[in-house]
Amino acid sequence: MGRALRLERLRAEVRAIAAAGQDPAAVLPFGVSDLDARLAGGGLADAGVHEAAGASDGYSDDAAATLFLAGIAARRAGRRGTVLWVVARRDLFAPGLAQAGLDPGKLLVAETGRDSDVLAVMEEGLRHGALAAVVGEIGRAGLTETRRLQLAAEEGGTMALLLRRWRKGDPLGEPSSALTRWRIGSAPSVPLPGPGVGRACWHVELARQRGGPGFSLLLESCDAQGRLAVPALSADRPDQADRGDERQAA
Amino acid sequence: MEAQIEQLPMHRRPTIREMGRRSEAAEMPFKRMRPDEGGGSVFLPSFAAEGAALVTIHNSGQRVVLAAVSREAAALGLALGMPLTQARAMIPGLDIHEADPAADAALLDRIGRFAARRITPLVATAGADGLWLDLTGAAHLNGGERRVCAGLLRFCAKLGIEARIAVAGNGAAADALARHGPERLTLCPEGGEQAALGPLPIAALRIDPAVVEKMRRLGLEWIGELAAVPRGPLVRRFGRDVLLKLDQALGQAAEPIDPIVPRDAPSAELRFAEPIGGAEVIARAVSDLLDQLIERLRETGLGARALLLLCDRVDRQQQRVEIGAARATRDKAHLLRLLARRIETIEPGFGIDAMRLIAARTEPLGAIAVPGDLAAPEPVPDLSQLIDLIAGRLGAQRLYRLSAIESDVPERSVCRIAPLDTTIAWPDAWPRPPRLLPRPERIDHVVAELPDAPPRRFTWRGRMYKLVRGDGPERIYGEWWKRGAERDAVRDYFHVEDESGARFWLFRRGDGIDPRTGDLSWWIQGGCG
Repeated sequence: MGRALRLERLRAEVRAIAAAGQDPAAVLPFGVSDLDARLAGGGLADAGVHEAAGASDGYSDDAAATLFLAGIAARRAGRRGTVLWVVARRDLFAPGLAQAGLDPGKLLVAETGRDSDVLAVMEEGLRHGALAAVVGEIGRAGLTETRRLQLAAEEGGTMALLLRRWRKGDPLGEPSSALTRWRIGSAPSVPLPGPGVGRACWHVELARQRGGPGFSLLLESCDAQGRLAVPALSADRPDQADRGDERQAA
Repeated sequence: MEAQIEQLPMHRRPTIREMGRRSEAAEMPFKRMRPDEGGGSVFLPSFAAEGAALVTIHNSGQRVVLAAVSREAAALGLALGMPLTQARAMIPGLDIHEADPAADAALLDRIGRFAARRITPLVATAGADGLWLDLTGAAHLNGGERRVCAGLLRFCAKLGIEARIAVAGNGAAADALARHGPERLTLCPEGGEQAALGPLPIAALRIDPAVVEKMRRLGLEWIGELAAVPRGPLVRRFGRDVLLKLDQALGQAAEPIDPIVPRDAPSAELRFAEPIGGAEVIARAVSDLLDQLIERLRETGLGARALLLLCDRVDRQQQRVEIGAARATRDKAHLLRLLARRIETIEPGFGIDAMRLIAARTEPLGAIAVPGDLAAPEPVPDLSQLIDLIAGRLGAQRLYRLSAIESDVPERSVCRIAPLDTTIAWPDAWPRPPRLLPRPERIDHVVAELPDAPPRRFTWRGRMYKLVRGDGPERIYGEWWKRGAERDAVRDYFHVEDESGARFWLFRRGDGIDPRTGDLSWWIQGGCG
């Protein structure tokens, strides 16, 4: 038996033990082929940590990142699951989240004062295993903290979503062991034939993912079920796809 | 009324029949009570009703008989148990209501619970119209027996109830004195039961009426006479019950009372020969206590909602730890996990020599049927244990669900409810932002056409935003029923987007036409993604 083969078998065994009975390859696809095709595994891993932050410290970008994660959590929760949202500030507005698919019946809010409490409560929720996803709003979390979250997520088979909020400098500048790290920024909305604001668009940038290169896309924001979409007029608009190459190194 | 009738000429006076049909509304004794289960048709014999003679009726076999009579009716010669037809024949203008024993019992229970909260924890119902209060060790807290009783009489008078109170060394004696004593308020001195009860009729002992009648025929009418009769022949002739009731009234036999509000919360206690201090030892003791407590809870069919752990230290200090559960539970592993986290907050000092675990709040917890239907939908995972863990860490107030409340004003449209309550969704007609500023912030240099075009630019936090698209206005009116100042107030909400695609939720005070609706200042309230 070759050494490489034995090593590979051992790795598979370790992966199976670490995931504790959960299917380690279970993923939540976005349902957008452009996006899913570029993600390692074809979607977001169910038992893993995913991070998102606003592309800038603007108020709108922060709201866009919030909605992006709310949409993922809503789709993960399905019809009967519950999402635990751990907040440090009191500025979440639930009617807006409900319009991204996260109904009040699916949302459980825990309010903490400090980042360390946010992480502890998230870990508790992740390990319990009955939740569909745990969303945490946090400013600082280093490699150790995200690694702990990742282990807790694997133990409970629960998705951990970290909303990195801007405090001083780029929140994604810190190292992290999250499986995917997203940067969401507002983009001009789909123009309507008349006056008014059309469906919002986002610059969705995958700054880093484990097992694949980063990329950037222009997408329409979450609909009432939390699903993203490709804008119909994508071909006519200045696409950001070419920026993907320079981000691969990131 | 009668004087007016007197003044009429004979031929214009109303006929007896008309007068008999007339019924005047009686002053309702419960008018001043909160409208709830104590229904308006509750009338006990001692309840005062002013105005017309008033009776309540119930069916007794094939006849309809009087269940209760007001003071006026009693003065006219009506008595309990009289057939209704006879009462009607005697008094034409009788006010008749159906008796409602369930509501009577509910009212009595309510008064009992009030007394249990305010006077003494040991309150029991006695018959359909009486309450026993165990004042042992509680009277001095309220200024002595006389003041307690006077306060209770005043309270009942406010409710429209003509109460009678007696205080004696035991419940049976007090019951007899209250129902058959000469005064409305009797305070029997200590050891004076025999003298006080002597002149009361034997019926006061709560003996079967047939037996009372038999005694009356033998010439025994008063309790004093009964007490003087040799006991042996008494038992042979009337049975043991008579003597038991007599002994209870004279304080020679015990009569436990069954309180409305259970006296003791289930608890478990451990005393140690040697003071303990180590965390592992405390954890083991807590585990033992939980075993005992859960056994006790299982016997009574209860589940714990709140547990209180009291640790008595050698230096007479007490350490307390409280935990709560979102749903009644008897799950040892879960409760132990909640308690184990708090063990580190216990300061053992020089050692703990006794520990007590009390189920401070309990709820009935029966068996739960498991759906046997194979096609049943997958059950919703139980979150109550997770909720307890998080609430134990953060505090129960900081874990909640958000639910709709009937208000259009955005900052008032969300309320917090307990994690296991059912939520209500918001109407989905207009877009709402996911983030709301804690308070709306003023924006400056706004360029907008009046009355209802979306703004073109504004400055916020020192930055200028040039807007290219806008939706609105969504008009929200002030809630005058909450605050008088909002009577005319109007907010016009706009959903706007700037050149870079950033979206905001702004509003203008005022509708742009009527100056009373607002001062046309602009505010930002939220950010839309």
